Amino acid sequence: MSIDGQSTPAPDESVRAAVPAPRRAVIVGGNRIPFARAGGAYAKSSNQDMLTAALDGLIARFGLQDERIGQVAAGAVLKHSRDFNLTREAVLGSALSAETPVYDLQQACATGLETVVGLANKIKLGQIDSAIAGGVDSASDAPVVVSEGLRDIILDLNRAKTLPQRLQILSRLRPKDLAPLAPGTAEPRTGLSMGEHQALTTAQWQISREAQDELALNSHRKLAAAYDSGFFDDLLTPYRGLTRDANLRADTSMEKLASLKPVFGRNLGAGATMTAGNSTPLTDGASTVLLASDDWADARDLPKLAAVVDAEAAAVDFVHGKDGLLMAPVFAVPRLLARQNLTLADFDFFEIHEAFAATVLSTLAAWEDEEFCRNRLGLDGALGSVDRSRLNVNGSSLAAGHPFAATGGRIVGSLAKMLHAKADSQGRPARGLVSVCAAGGQGVVAILESV
Amino acid sequence: MTDTYTQFVNSGPGRSVARKLGLPQPAVLRRYQPGQPLVVGPVVVVGNSAGADSLASELLSWDLDVRRHAVPAEKLGAIILVLDELEHPADLEQPVLSAAGSLRDLRAGGRIITVSRPAAGVTSPAAAAARQGVDGFLRSLAKELRAGATANGVLLSDGITSTSPSALGAIRFFLSGRSAFVDGQFLHISSQDGALPANPDRPLEGKVAVVTGAARGIGAEIARTLHRDGATLVLVDIPAAGDHLAAVAYEVRATALQLDISGADAGARIIEHAAQRYGRLDIVVHNAGITRDKLLANMDHGRWNSVININIEAQLRINEALLASNHFRSSPRIVSVASTSGIAGNRGQTNYAASKGGVMGMVRATAPLLAANGGTINAVAPGFIETEMTARIPFAVREVARRLNSLQQGGLPTDVAETIAFLASDAAGGINGEVLRVCGQNLVGA
Repeated sequence: MSIDGQSTPAPDESVRAAVPAPRRAVIVGGNRIPFARAGGAYAKSSNQDMLTAALDGLIARFGLQDERIGQVAAGAVLKHSRDFNLTREAVLGSALSAETPVYDLQQACATGLETVVGLANKIKLGQIDSAIAGGVDSASDAPVVVSEGLRDIILDLNRAKTLPQRLQILSRLRPKDLAPLAPGTAEPRTGLSMGEHQALTTAQWQISREAQDELALNSHRKLAAAYDSGFFDDLLTPYRGLTRDANLRADTSMEKLASLKPVFGRNLGAGATMTAGNSTPLTDGASTVLLASDDWADARDLPKLAAVVDAEAAAVDFVHGKDGLLMAPVFAVPRLLARQNLTLADFDFFEIHEAFAATVLSTLAAWEDEEFCRNRLGLDGALGSVDRSRLNVNGSSLAAGHPFAATGGRIVGSLAKMLHAKADSQGRPARGLVSVCAAGGQGVVAILESV
Repeated sequence: MTDTYTQFVNSGPGRSVARKLGLPQPAVLRRYQPGQPLVVGPVVVVGNSAGADSLASELLSWDLDVRRHAVPAEKLGAIILVLDELEHPADLEQPVLSAAGSLRDLRAGGRIITVSRPAAGVTSPAAAAARQGVDGFLRSLAKELRAGATANGVLLSDGITSTSPSALGAIRFFLSGRSAFVDGQFLHISSQDGALPANPDRPLEGKVAVVTGAARGIGAEIARTLHRDGATLVLVDIPAAGDHLAAVAYEVRATALQLDISGADAGARIIEHAAQRYGRLDIVVHNAGITRDKLLANMDHGRWNSVININIEAQLRINEALLASNHFRSSPRIVSVASTSGIAGNRGQTNYAASKGGVMGMVRATAPLLAANGGTINAVAPGFIETEMTARIPFAVREVARRLNSLQQGGLPTDVAETIAFLASDAAGGINGEVLRVCGQNLVGA
């Protein structure tokens, strides 16, 4: 069938049978620092500081002092050029063995989840036995860049050999060249911010203000309840006086959320629905996840919470307006489900990153839309509905905040713990789906299953 | 936290100023370092009983310079008075006065140890008088000693010999720098249980220990001391202290377990963690505790309940889980941190003193339950210890509180930790249901 979309292949049993089953990669546990609002408790903390703190908490929880881990991978979206070896520097400053190899990775907001996927694959292939995946971001300590004009002059000055040459180059300097460029979340190819992009998608799927506020309210309530029940006792290590996510508003209400003015899509007039309350704020934070082969975990009597089953990445052509900027997971999930021969009904938990409340709601709406699924996903009909009682049950980014690269680790650590507990209580394996959208029209999704 | 005054009087000019003005002259205490000699100088064993003879020959086997009679003018490391066969108060004269002649020869940081029998349960009035007399004698002598020397007693239940494992363990503890801030105290040996360690510098080798409240202060020091003595550690503290806990865990190669000990499932979670990660649990140190000081007239429910809940009820609940667990059956040890406030009382601390008095009551009543598995439970009662908490006491009050003991200074967290490490060791297997004060013989709370 020829469609103007991204077809979803049927499961190919012959391929699956031919490939020997690789060994498992299991999640031992996670650790993160509480997330702070930009300019808040971590305003003076660098990415390296925060990633080191998250690592040290993980090391302390599992007694990994001086351990040589197979490989550590982490990254940051907003990264100083001096931090080219950010993760390696964090490991050198941590309690891990200095002989632990490391790589940095960057895939916008999917960075954290992609480190989990990449390292899990290495474990499955037998290349490494243990790994730590992670991510960190500071919107407070963001790099400030000089203007292109000034950069050009500085580089030319560096190449100049004589004083007259230098003076001639300096004479090109204009006052406007001295204004620094602050980092933004605008898409280079469209000039639109992520929020403006989502506002287009929100309008396309006709997501109401009320539905967005309700999702945001639930995120705060569920995250607060998770803290109160001690859910984060073994997932979080305090940092710089913070013991909970600073963005969490346990006492927020529909009335309070309804009182906020729209900040994105204001050109839509009455159709503007996205506020600071149903969008994630700029956030600082770091997260880590310990992965291992069964043997490595067993040899150290470490817990095994869940296995990383499979993952899929997707990208959409948002530049020409074919799809919404943050809709790539909509395409990745059906491909992943087809490969694993699963449906949405086969999952106990869904973790759909709340970049904006409307992102989650647009995603759900797309999967429920028969026409969209047929025309754009190449399916026979609607992909199906996500059971809302299984969605982001301990809150997500709207309440916790979203330090871009740290969100994947936050979700994987929490979901692994939830799956393990669910399997214990229901007496059969539990399965979870993770979906993270990212700048550049990208998305990564993954399946975890209790061990 | 630094005791500036003690530093001052131990400097050249400070010493002469203090002496001329008749001010207190606290000494720098002899504290334990791995590998250091147990005691510097000869050890005189005074007494004619069979117990004295066998103890002297045992000490000889430790490579100590043991004397049965003091050589005049020779500097001594310790004097051990073996008084295990007293029948009458008159029996005290000979050994006591013989030791008296050697007191001036005791080195700085020297030790006096009495080995006697408890008065309780003795039918002969004269024997009971003699035995109780040792109590008053020792406590007074401790107050006469200077230059960081201490005097402590070992009480042997009838039928327990002076060379039983825990008698020797207690004597070794009192002789060593580990007992630097224990002064004027008795330790009761009630059974022949216990075993001396193969390596006295690693007495906790192979043991798995849990320390609650380990993120800072005395708890962190307990962790360091148990680690130094060879134990593998699980460190527990509330989730909000997790960053400090992680730092201590790094230092002592431990696993950090963030949990609120007042939770109903705290005991189960501690046992599960130790069992999963280490397959066993040998030692639990109940150190976590809080203060919420207020005069009783101003006391509210919150202050009262939080202190009682965390300081004693949590220990009771965790002990219940430990006693029911199959992982805590092989010569288990529980050591609780009480407080001299629970003995002598402290203004503004009715809640805290009730909880710490409760710890001591709990320890005595739990002792028989643990004895069934060859286990023990004991408490230490710290006096004035230099911590972040006591550093917040107003200057004048702190200065007075510090000096109100025979050693004229506050103790250090390590002093509490050393005592706990000893009570947690195999050598202390014959000590059960006891409360040992680590207070420099504080003048209150006798």
